[in-house]
Amino acid sequence: MALVEETRIEDAAFRMSEATAGDYFALLKPRVMSLVVFTAFVGLVAAPVSINPMLAVVAILAIAIGAGASGALNMWYDADIDAVMTRTATRPIPSGRVAPGEALVFGLVLSALSVMTLGVLVNWLSAALLAFTIFFYAVVYTMWLKRWTPQNIVIGGAAGAIPPVIGWAAVTGNVSLESVILFLIIFLWTPPHFWALALFKSQDYERAGIPMMPNVAGEASTRRQIFAYAVILAPVGVLPWVLGYTSVGYGAVATLLGAGFLWYSWKVLVMPQDDRAMRPAKALFGYSLLYLFGIFAAYLADCVVERVLAIGGA
Amino acid sequence: MADDKLEMIELTESQKKARRSRSIAIGLALGALVVIFYVATFIKFAHSMPNGSM
Repeated sequence: MALVEETRIEDAAFRMSEATAGDYFALLKPRVMSLVVFTAFVGLVAAPVSINPMLAVVAILAIAIGAGASGALNMWYDADIDAVMTRTATRPIPSGRVAPGEALVFGLVLSALSVMTLGVLVNWLSAALLAFTIFFYAVVYTMWLKRWTPQNIVIGGAAGAIPPVIGWAAVTGNVSLESVILFLIIFLWTPPHFWALALFKSQDYERAGIPMMPNVAGEASTRRQIFAYAVILAPVGVLPWVLGYTSVGYGAVATLLGAGFLWYSWKVLVMPQDDRAMRPAKALFGYSLLYLFGIFAAYLADCVVERVLAIGGA
Repeated sequence: MADDKLEMIELTESQKKARRSRSIAIGLALGALVVIFYVATFIKFAHSMPNGSM
């Protein structure tokens, strides 16, 4: 007789997770994270003083993990609406690959780890800004604004706009007008970017009960507001050159990119009511990604060229 | 006697594969964390010490 009897458990409640490391990585919203990393890196390079390269890597890594953690918390809270939207139904939680509780713990642990790492190894101002960003995205945007008001992505956009300020603060230990302008560019870019998406995905948002602008104020009003934001965004994009932070090269690129943004927004504004394919809205959505990448790449290139010239002239 | 029973969960092949994938990722992440903290600590110590003392 065996000393210990074995009992096989078939109960679903005891089912072991089949989530792979890739599923957990998907919880971090890698595409959003790549944008955060890039804009934070530009803020870090644009700062007038230098930082040890290893600490710069630590800062970028912590910012990336913090952004990913807020993405995981967002997916944990929004699992119910993600399940009914075509764009998000295959995410790890609605598809059943990761349990909601696992995603919550994952997000909380990474949030604490990223903020503490940034604070201990870099500085506490950047850590405080990262903590605020995670809180703002996970709690203020995801839990409150997103299901309550069509201004959700206008106000919530602040969370996605802070990374260059964190990058700047990681190097300098303060926040300056130059970094605030980088914040403003992303902040003003967010509404037309997401409303272009909301125009051609309005049925998805309707089904999920999310009060996006086209579902609440109508398509015509949304198109007018997209154009209004484009009118404000285009000159703000040129502001770093106007204020003397960059060279005329950046100014020229930002002017061209801003003109393009206005053109694509105009095409959305005059889009026929019966155009259900909404090609102008899809084109604007694609162009807006190119715009943001282009503006920040031009800013980065300008900073690098300035440094190289300064070294050459020294 | 109920206390003598050892309750076991039989893992399927996909569960074993997923667990292995998670274990490797956790191991690599913890290893990277250790390296980052060691190197960053050396850098910070080097910066805070007077010239020539390290």
